[in-house]
Amino acid sequence: MSRWRLFGTGILALAAAGAAVLWVASSPVRLDAAELAAAPAGDAARGERVFWAAGCSSCHAAPGATGDARFRLGGGVALDTPFGRFLAPNISPDKENGIGNWSFADFANALMRGVSPSGEHLFPAFPYTSYARMTLEDAADLYAFLLTLPPIAEKAPGHEVSFPFNVRRGVGMWKRMFFDPAPVMDFEDPSAELARGQYLVEGPGHCGECHTPRNAIGGMDPSRWLAGGPAAAGDGKVPNITPGSDIGSWSEDEIAEFLKSGFTPEFDSAGGAMAEVVRNLAELPDEDLQAIAAYLKAVPPVDD
Amino acid sequence: MRLFALAISAALLAVTSASADPIEDRKAIMKDRAAQLRVLAPIAQGKAEFDAAAVMDALQKLNENAMKTDVDALWPAGSDQGDTKSAPAIWEDMDGFKAAMDKFKADAAAAAAANPQDLQSFQAVFGPLAGNCGSCHEKYRL
Repeated sequence: MSRWRLFGTGILALAAAGAAVLWVASSPVRLDAAELAAAPAGDAARGERVFWAAGCSSCHAAPGATGDARFRLGGGVALDTPFGRFLAPNISPDKENGIGNWSFADFANALMRGVSPSGEHLFPAFPYTSYARMTLEDAADLYAFLLTLPPIAEKAPGHEVSFPFNVRRGVGMWKRMFFDPAPVMDFEDPSAELARGQYLVEGPGHCGECHTPRNAIGGMDPSRWLAGGPAAAGDGKVPNITPGSDIGSWSEDEIAEFLKSGFTPEFDSAGGAMAEVVRNLAELPDEDLQAIAAYLKAVPPVDD
Repeated sequence: MRLFALAISAALLAVTSASADPIEDRKAIMKDRAAQLRVLAPIAQGKAEFDAAAVMDALQKLNENAMKTDVDALWPAGSDQGDTKSAPAIWEDMDGFKAAMDKFKADAAAAAAANPQDLQSFQAVFGPLAGNCGSCHEKYRL
């Protein structure tokens, strides 16, 4: 073997090793199978509360849907982002076009790990980065509830995302950097209300997905948690909701009232995507809205 | 003190009536609506005592506000730029925006005409009226 050939072989071997590392590093990571198997069977009635907290219909029902139309999850809301146009898929129980053939394990891995049943990475336009902080019990209840909704026999249009963001393995590397199911805040000895609020905001409510600014490749800036910034999808600016903002002067009751009716203490009314969020939150019991308010009062203030 | 308040409101009046800035004008219109809601909403929510005279006064002011809201004058072409939270959707869908405003006007007129004398009949007209805020802001305000 000549020296050059040896060199060539060495380069190839290095490249292969590098590719193997990337392949492994970017491969999908699922939930622990034993934990999934041990999860209790879901309760559809409880699942409705999870459904409203998680805001599923905001993206998966028809744009601007109200009333019972919010239970028709045929997909179709478009999120226009710097990375492309993401279109929410059909998550109705239709077997052909929705999730009717998914097992609970399939569902939980999509919801909490961003991995499709076939092992593909889902784009984080779907906020599994927050849903990862949900309990398996809530995931099971939500799954049971979704299966009671009307099946929609229509295929939702696909994403319009261009290179390099359309490379699903790239999402695997992105997850290595930015996906973290651990709680964001670390409160010392939180009250039951504060703990519930933390769960709702950081988990199913996925508030941080819009209210926390992101870097150039879409990772959240943890030092500015809930501090607002330019909207990631659509026009405008997402407000700072830490105590360093206008909300700092609102009482917990006023925050809870806003989440329920959309009216600020000055009787301005929520606009844009938040109006839709309020329609979901209005379905939650008052104690959940009070819990969210308690949490928003407890996070560190960040200046505008 | 009263003189001071009078001077302030006179100054404000001068600013609003003489202003050639549609963004400032529409902000003033919206702030005035909020001022009426500040009276009406707590009563509707049961947080304040029902007072037929106060309710009627606020409903009439809201109706007057609605009647003088001229979409063409307040949201002219080009006024999407500047210190405004009016959404681009207004100018992309002017017909839809006008329809939403017309619905508010109709509901404001109906509420004032109803002249509610008890909490229940007030809530019956206030619910649909206040619903306009969220539904219009969802599409047309950032």
